[in-house]
Amino acid sequence: MGAVIQAPVLSILVAVPLIAAAIALFLNASGARWIALIATILDFALAIYLWVNFDPNGAQWQFVENIPLSGSISYALGIDGIALVLIALTAFLMPICIGASWRAIDKRVPEYMAAFLLMEALIMGAFAAQDLFLFYIFFEGGLIPMYLIIGIWGGAERIKASYKFFLYTLFGSVLMLIAMLYMAGAAHTTSIPALMAFDFSKEAQTFLFLAFLASFAVKLPMWPVHTWLPDAHVQAPTAGSVILAGVLLKLGGYGFIRFSLPMFPDGSAQFVPLMFVLGGIAVVYTSLVALVQRDMKKLIAYSSVAHMAFVTFGLFAMNRQGIEGAIIVMLSHGLVSGALFLCVGVVYDRLHTREIDRYGGLSDNMPGYALLFMVFTMASVGLPGTSGFVGEFLGLVGTYQASSWGAIVATTGIILGAAYMLWLYWRICFGTQRNADAAAMPDLSMREWWLLAPIAVAVFWMGVYPESFMRPIRNDVGRVVARLDRVAPAGDSHLTLPHMGAMH
Amino acid sequence: MGGFAPLLPELILSIGGTILMMVAAFTARRGAGLTSWLAIALLVGATFALIGAPSHAGPIFDGIITADLFGAFGKAIMFPAAAVAIIAAQGWFEKGTEHGAEYAVLIVFAAVGMSVMVSATSLISLYVGLELTSLASYVLAAYRRTDDRSAEAGLKYFVLGALASGILLYGISLLYGFTGTTNFTGLAAAFGRGAPSLGLLFGLVFLLAGLAFKISAVPFHMWTPDVYEGAPTPVTAFFASAPKVAAVLLSTRVCLEALGPATHAWRQIVICAALLSIFLGAIAAFGQTNIKRLLAYSSINNVGFALIGLAAAGPQGASSVLFYMAVYVVMTLGALLCVLWMRGPDGEEIESIESLSGLSQTRPAFAAAFAIFMFSLAGIPPLFGFWPKLMVFQAAVHSGYVALAVAGILGTVVGAYYYLRIVKVMYMDEPAAPYAKVREPVQGALIFLAAIFVSPLGYLLIRPLQALTDQAAGSIF
Repeated sequence: MGAVIQAPVLSILVAVPLIAAAIALFLNASGARWIALIATILDFALAIYLWVNFDPNGAQWQFVENIPLSGSISYALGIDGIALVLIALTAFLMPICIGASWRAIDKRVPEYMAAFLLMEALIMGAFAAQDLFLFYIFFEGGLIPMYLIIGIWGGAERIKASYKFFLYTLFGSVLMLIAMLYMAGAAHTTSIPALMAFDFSKEAQTFLFLAFLASFAVKLPMWPVHTWLPDAHVQAPTAGSVILAGVLLKLGGYGFIRFSLPMFPDGSAQFVPLMFVLGGIAVVYTSLVALVQRDMKKLIAYSSVAHMAFVTFGLFAMNRQGIEGAIIVMLSHGLVSGALFLCVGVVYDRLHTREIDRYGGLSDNMPGYALLFMVFTMASVGLPGTSGFVGEFLGLVGTYQASSWGAIVATTGIILGAAYMLWLYWRICFGTQRNADAAAMPDLSMREWWLLAPIAVAVFWMGVYPESFMRPIRNDVGRVVARLDRVAPAGDSHLTLPHMGAMH
Repeated sequence: MGGFAPLLPELILSIGGTILMMVAAFTARRGAGLTSWLAIALLVGATFALIGAPSHAGPIFDGIITADLFGAFGKAIMFPAAAVAIIAAQGWFEKGTEHGAEYAVLIVFAAVGMSVMVSATSLISLYVGLELTSLASYVLAAYRRTDDRSAEAGLKYFVLGALASGILLYGISLLYGFTGTTNFTGLAAAFGRGAPSLGLLFGLVFLLAGLAFKISAVPFHMWTPDVYEGAPTPVTAFFASAPKVAAVLLSTRVCLEALGPATHAWRQIVICAALLSIFLGAIAAFGQTNIKRLLAYSSINNVGFALIGLAAAGPQGASSVLFYMAVYVVMTLGALLCVLWMRGPDGEEIESIESLSGLSQTRPAFAAAFAIFMFSLAGIPPLFGFWPKLMVFQAAVHSGYVALAVAGILGTVVGAYYYLRIVKVMYMDEPAAPYAKVREPVQGALIFLAAIFVSPLGYLLIRPLQALTDQAAGSIF
């Protein structure tokens, strides 16, 4: 590329779904479906273009665009490897979401598609934003379409769930906004790359970290502010759950990597014990809660909270393995939980219930479904060869270096995770066929195969050859780790070789 | 004549308004359309007349009034807003037996008063401008004299307004008595001489209390919900926009120019009023079933945010207040124009929030515009209403009032709830009986333009608007 003026790919990435959303509003149902599908596939193609043209050994920020708007905000976009993989994940899941809504949504289709496309645009913008307030605008803006998606197309308790989702996340984010205002004042810049290199005073970092934590902890979500998630998931339509679990939660993890860790290293280090304790509680507590759920979606929702706790552990281990592991867990969870929600959607579309007891023995009448469901269950459990293993293993390795106790607690989460996922699978796919209507359900349709099979391929790809996904993020994780080097927790698990000296 | 050049907009409006009164008197019932278009032409003409001397000439008439960019910025918002209020009345008053023609004339006179308010640099001109606006407003509130609610609104507004004027005058007399001047620069000099005496402090408090009534800041807000609900909807649209801008800008000028050296004295009052307005405006709106009453609380809530900018003081704070009011006017006018379109089958007005149920299915474009205004008033990004809120919070943080910003931002979360409720009713409830179509293409175009302005496209305007507000704010320091 060199000095050749580049096309503003990132702007196009944001603009395509935005324009499609505007067009969809004026079309009929089938026109809206097609335009949504075309726009999301186009965005996926753009994401592939980004991936192919991204130089892992090149500059930290690539595809940069910058138009100053005023003293306090500029339209600055640019991505590093971490943003790249998350953008790719979003672009990959979006056409699948549209496909999942193809028949399941039959009322007010144009508005639904417009809301989805608007959300894609905002999420892409949030991952690509390089300006503090631009990020906030994209980050918060995502609330509006999700509020509408849950509230209009959701289940029976949709209104309550949509309010809870909106107000919870808004409350978290406004505290972050104050911190952002302070940062812009103290550092005299709103550029995220500049702020990542800026050293705030130690006292300020404490408060800034807590303010950002309020936002990202709600978004991720971390125990004890996770309670909006099960409600939102249960009430949201299938595609809404997919995008919520697959992408929106990742904004929380992304926020930690992009803001909290590099911008407030001292503040982060100070709260490592807190984060480990919260992560530990989340892993054990939410896994136990997941065990007793009777609603499939709720079970998977709680498993999301548990998986996100691995992200917390990995990130705050503050070493390369931990952070890389956290990112891979985020990617893997995006794929796997999305796929699991789709699996729930498949049977929900047929029987219109999510109660686990209403199913059983589906492997007899739905062998294709049972096969794919098993793949995703195993990936969720973290079976070697699937994406789940890579991320969780790296995350645990990293955590062990920082705190052996943390690693031990986190590992129990894996065991509990295996318990509730396998039990769920057993109750749904194996056993006797207790219910005649469930036993009469037809196997996956061609459309459903097209939705689930690509995710299965991606899950195995990430499990067998994770290097494809590690390469773009390696240097960027290295930069974060370098920034944290000074403050990273020493850990209690060093080799006791003579030259290492005494333990510190 | 050269000495009058800086007053060109006011001259156009007052002379034009007087002539217009005659036109209205002689063309009587037939002439409502003509008068209102002439009044709009006057307001547009006055807006263009702002270019040149009226925005740069500086103090005139021995400093009782000034022609600076600060005032000109306010007028550039208020005159078009007043014109929109006239357009809003089209197709409203012709139906009944009322005289539609005087409506436009009254608004023109109110515009003269507001114009004096934002340019006043003396307590006397301040009071004259305020009273001119108020008198026109009292009549406007009671404009539907056959309607009990409208008459009640007018009377309530008048009695409470007169009380507030009395308080204000008392404050003015105290200030004059203790300083010997009514001039803002003279007052600033008096306050600059060390700690203010008790008399000065009393004067300051009374002055601010009177102004707080006019901007409907808590605890002087009691009239607002009743008047907004009772007044005819076009009048409500007027009250919520132009006079509010005038009063907020007037308070800004008084606090920063006349009371500038006594910032520490008035700041706590403003902070208190700001926080009370934000939270009361948000919480009291919860249980409302009438959309106009809800928007009244919304305007109280919004004034609170503007006051945060004022409490921040300094050029940045003043600039954020100007920015806030500019965007606020568009949002609130848009929302009230939407309310104006809530009509029953016989063209009668409907004001219940319930009647909005399922609007997105019966009238998708209408619902979308209304939802945009609601999200924007709530200050949710990516809508443009977020940006002015950010500006006032930024100003507060820069002046070191982080706790104030925190409280204000938490207030937005509380407030978001009732704005969301409107969206929920429109988008998530089952459709109610659809509204009758309103055939007013000009109003439709205004709603559309306002919705475009507060949509994310508004961010494209940040740079010019910011430059303008910065300059305007700079002119009072």
